[in-house]
Amino acid sequence: METPDSWTRLRDFTAARIALGRAGGSQPTGPLLDFRLAHARARDAVLAVFEPQELAGTLREMGCDPVVLDSCAPDRATYLQRPDFGRRLSNDARETLSALARQPGPDLVIMVSDGLSSLAAMEQSTPLLQALLPRLEADGWRLAPLFIVRHARVAIQDEVGGILSAGLSLILLGERPGLGSPDSLGAYFTHRPMPGKTDAARNCVSNIRAQGLPPEMAARKLHALLTASRRQGLSGVGLKDDVSFLPDSASPPPLAG
Amino acid sequence: MAYQLQLGKKTYAFSDLKTLLARATPLRSGDQLAGVAAHTAEERVAAQMRLAEVPLATFLEEQVIPYEEDEVTRLIQDRHDAPAFAPVSGLTVGEFREWLLDYETRAEHLKALAPGLTPEMVAAVSKIMSNQDLILVAGKVRVVTKFRNTIGLPGRLSVRLQPNHPTDDPKGIAASILDGLLYGCGDAVIGINPATDNPAACAELMRLMDRIISEYEIPTQSCVLTHVTTTMQCMERGEPVDLVFQSLAGTQAANTSFGIHLEMLREAREMALGLRRSTLGDNVMYFETGQGSCLSANAHHGCDQQTLEARAYAVAREFSPLLVNTVVGFIGPEYLYDGKQIIRAGLEDHFCGKLLGLPMGCDVCYTNHAEADQDDMDVLLTLLGVAGCNFIMGVPGADDIMLNYQSTSFHDSHFVRQSLGLKPAPEFEEWLWRMRIFSRENRLLPVGDGHALLAAGGTALAHGNA
Repeated sequence: METPDSWTRLRDFTAARIALGRAGGSQPTGPLLDFRLAHARARDAVLAVFEPQELAGTLREMGCDPVVLDSCAPDRATYLQRPDFGRRLSNDARETLSALARQPGPDLVIMVSDGLSSLAAMEQSTPLLQALLPRLEADGWRLAPLFIVRHARVAIQDEVGGILSAGLSLILLGERPGLGSPDSLGAYFTHRPMPGKTDAARNCVSNIRAQGLPPEMAARKLHALLTASRRQGLSGVGLKDDVSFLPDSASPPPLAG
Repeated sequence: MAYQLQLGKKTYAFSDLKTLLARATPLRSGDQLAGVAAHTAEERVAAQMRLAEVPLATFLEEQVIPYEEDEVTRLIQDRHDAPAFAPVSGLTVGEFREWLLDYETRAEHLKALAPGLTPEMVAAVSKIMSNQDLILVAGKVRVVTKFRNTIGLPGRLSVRLQPNHPTDDPKGIAASILDGLLYGCGDAVIGINPATDNPAACAELMRLMDRIISEYEIPTQSCVLTHVTTTMQCMERGEPVDLVFQSLAGTQAANTSFGIHLEMLREAREMALGLRRSTLGDNVMYFETGQGSCLSANAHHGCDQQTLEARAYAVAREFSPLLVNTVVGFIGPEYLYDGKQIIRAGLEDHFCGKLLGLPMGCDVCYTNHAEADQDDMDVLLTLLGVAGCNFIMGVPGADDIMLNYQSTSFHDSHFVRQSLGLKPAPEFEEWLWRMRIFSRENRLLPVGDGHALLAAGGTALAHGNA
């Protein structure tokens, strides 16, 4: 019943779903269910309930003492429809941060969020921080407490950093899951953060996951970029990325399933 | 001018035409995000009732975005064809819906009417139409375009072969092209979204597709979907450019954020015509659009996203494109939340584009954070097939590994052609028969390892890095 394709060798050249074979003109059962599995994993990653306390527990074992904050998005459905809510802190969060603000502000504030993939935040943020924090401490960076922000979007780190008068503000958050990459983390930072900064003022390291840019590599890249940002006194399109010792992270993801 | 409607003891007031249009729009997240949606379900229907009473002629007098501020408004107004508008000039929006549905309103009437319609009129009537109305009326319209084949004929459905690769690897792209051709796809265009806008990298992809099309004498055309200025650079350097691509939006401010304006598109079209690479017709442009692009560029002027989408079609029709593709679910759930909203938007866009005289296709698609899945895409694909859509996408296994979203697959095209009795473009169909890819009944034939395309595929792959 299934007619296999004679050109399966072409699969060596791409991760695209080619040479799937057919039943009549339709997909055979195997590829149909493989696709459904990949989509199910991506959906689970988007919808998974984020447990900040669970992540906080793991981070405490590393010696951090994270503080949990909320964005203006009260739940997952609102978060997905209102990106503007995810870019702003809740009133409670703002008060918590104001109470923690000191002068002079820290060199850097780091926060973790579920973003669009709780799975990414749970899987990648701990190994990344394990590799990043010792490097920063060895260089004498003064760090703010670590924050976990529920339902955040890129840009919220500018408000957090602004309230704390931080020199730099870094957020690690789950990226929009692809079919082959439900667990990909992104890292975005801003120099002299404050609300109103645009994408052009931010730098990004993306595709952080074992099959993409592994967390240990991402930590080295972020350490170099943050150091350069502090030295050059800027972030965004003007920052010279001279971190050329790293491999290209743009290799195609393997097929799931 | 303000619009009012009395419903029982309640009076609904709408401050101007754009507000009335926005409140009358079927529910979607992007209008809620913009703060222009109706506040209640009843207000939405009240707005639709009031909108149904508005004379079509009002749309020539009251602009949703001022003439002085916006070159898209100026284009719409300056190009309006009053004699073409005459048959419906005395109708209200509600009467216009009934005129469109009338047995006696046929393809030739709708074709003649198109230059007399403005995008806002078409958007208005779509807002009071049901999904079945959108399908029935769009199905009456035929928009036929030509480059190296003929797209949009009755009983035909074409497919854009979309062989994207995350690093633009020529061998990876060639492998997906061969797969698509062997599944009978690619008659609308072989079109690559490149990972980079670099002119040299785009030129390499143009040459790859040109080699495959010439070597196998495929009656189709190619396109690298890069910014129009990059394509213009490639044309200046003598690269083999068939179609010029550009994303369009419905306001001047949004188009500015895309780095384009009307004069630039005119210049690009002239350059492409000058290359004389087409054999059958002079449709040399490929445009993509999608509801929500103006809002995401912060350039929506308080209008709803569907009205602005229709205005993008006024830009498109100025340049006689071969293909216009509404990439309906790509933008994400903050603009179209779920399968229901995506399906509705796809039908609206196809209807509005067709009524304005455009060769509409649809990228039936969604992202992983939208409340939608492949079953929703099956529904929209089937509805668009019934509505006479010109073309759909063909992505290997429906999974675009470069853009990270899901569309329709090569296999999906077989489903819809089989279920609805639709055929490829005639010249391409002949080629599929000649190449023994399709039987005369348009079924897939067994393809052995020695098939010309695979031997040639070997050639395409071997030359992949040239």
